[in-house]
Amino acid sequence: MPVSTSSSRVIYEALKANGIRLVSALPETWLVHLIRMAEEDPDMTLIRLAKEEEGVGISAGAHMAGMKSAMLMQNHGFLASINGIVSCAQLYKIPLLMLISYRGEFGERDPWQTEGGGVTEDLLRALRIPFAYLDHPDHVGARIRKAQTLAHSANKPVALLLCRDLMWEEPA
Amino acid sequence: MRRLESLKAIYARLEESIVVTIMGAVAAELQSIGHRPNFFYLQHAMGLASSMGLGLALARPDRRVMVLDGDGSVLMNLGGLTTLARYRPRNLVHIVFDNESLLSVGGFPTATSTGSDLAAIAHAAGVPRTCTVTEIDTLVVAVNDAVASKDLSTIVAKVEPVGPSGFVTDLGLLENRFEFQRWLRQQR
Repeated sequence: MPVSTSSSRVIYEALKANGIRLVSALPETWLVHLIRMAEEDPDMTLIRLAKEEEGVGISAGAHMAGMKSAMLMQNHGFLASINGIVSCAQLYKIPLLMLISYRGEFGERDPWQTEGGGVTEDLLRALRIPFAYLDHPDHVGARIRKAQTLAHSANKPVALLLCRDLMWEEPA
Repeated sequence: MRRLESLKAIYARLEESIVVTIMGAVAAELQSIGHRPNFFYLQHAMGLASSMGLGLALARPDRRVMVLDGDGSVLMNLGGLTTLARYRPRNLVHIVFDNESLLSVGGFPTATSTGSDLAAIAHAAGVPRTCTVTEIDTLVVAVNDAVASKDLSTIVAKVEPVGPSGFVTDLGLLENRFEFQRWLRQQR
């Protein structure tokens, strides 16, 4: 499976460097290494979800109690979480650090990913969720740090789109 | 039994816990008995009160968390019961007030009115301690037993479909949210 182990490691180390101690996740191909790293880390609490929206509530509770968390999901998981994002995190001004695998953009071979990919950015903008792309290992650390800084200063959800160029190793 | 009376009967337990409630009647009734800074009312996001309770319980294993849920909310997040059971926070007591209806939005019957059994669903999801109670006395015993057991418990309390005439209180949503967070910070 050509999911990039080295990029996943860079992302995971950035989460650790920013004090993330709880990660909620629902498995998806691009996230396999990140989930495994969280699972193997005794200092990380990994919560495997039945549906991504649960992660909004879990992160909200953890935040109230002073624990920093991140959410790992596919963009379809983001779509499935929107009510929770709006009516829990945005209504109550709760920071969320959402790492969203950006399936369905240029290079996507799975036909079933293409609709979700086509609406992801428009939905983020409609929800006024600040977002940035993670598409090269060199800027992963800084963008995750800055995203978390804004999430906490603004008390709002922010998103980082995990792009194909970062996550998937294939010949250009 | 009436939910308001049952809340009064377990209020002493709530007072000493971190409490997360669902929206509508439960939130308004608990506030009418007496708001406290350790009570958080999730006034929307149906289904996520139990998920929030899980996050709180995992982040603060030294403290007891009580979630006051409802049948309509639980039915919106049945998968959350499996997550709750999977991580089994032993400091969490999950109380589901089951009035077999969506009372706050007009009283339409939920699936528990036609036989769906939330305690059985929680049990099958893997929650180690589950029960259904229909009287205030047995509710109090069940809550005390859940606290004493130091294990994850789901208590389904069958209540009448009656509630207050209105649900908006003078406690602002963000006022409640920041007060609750500040209280938790001070408990370290």
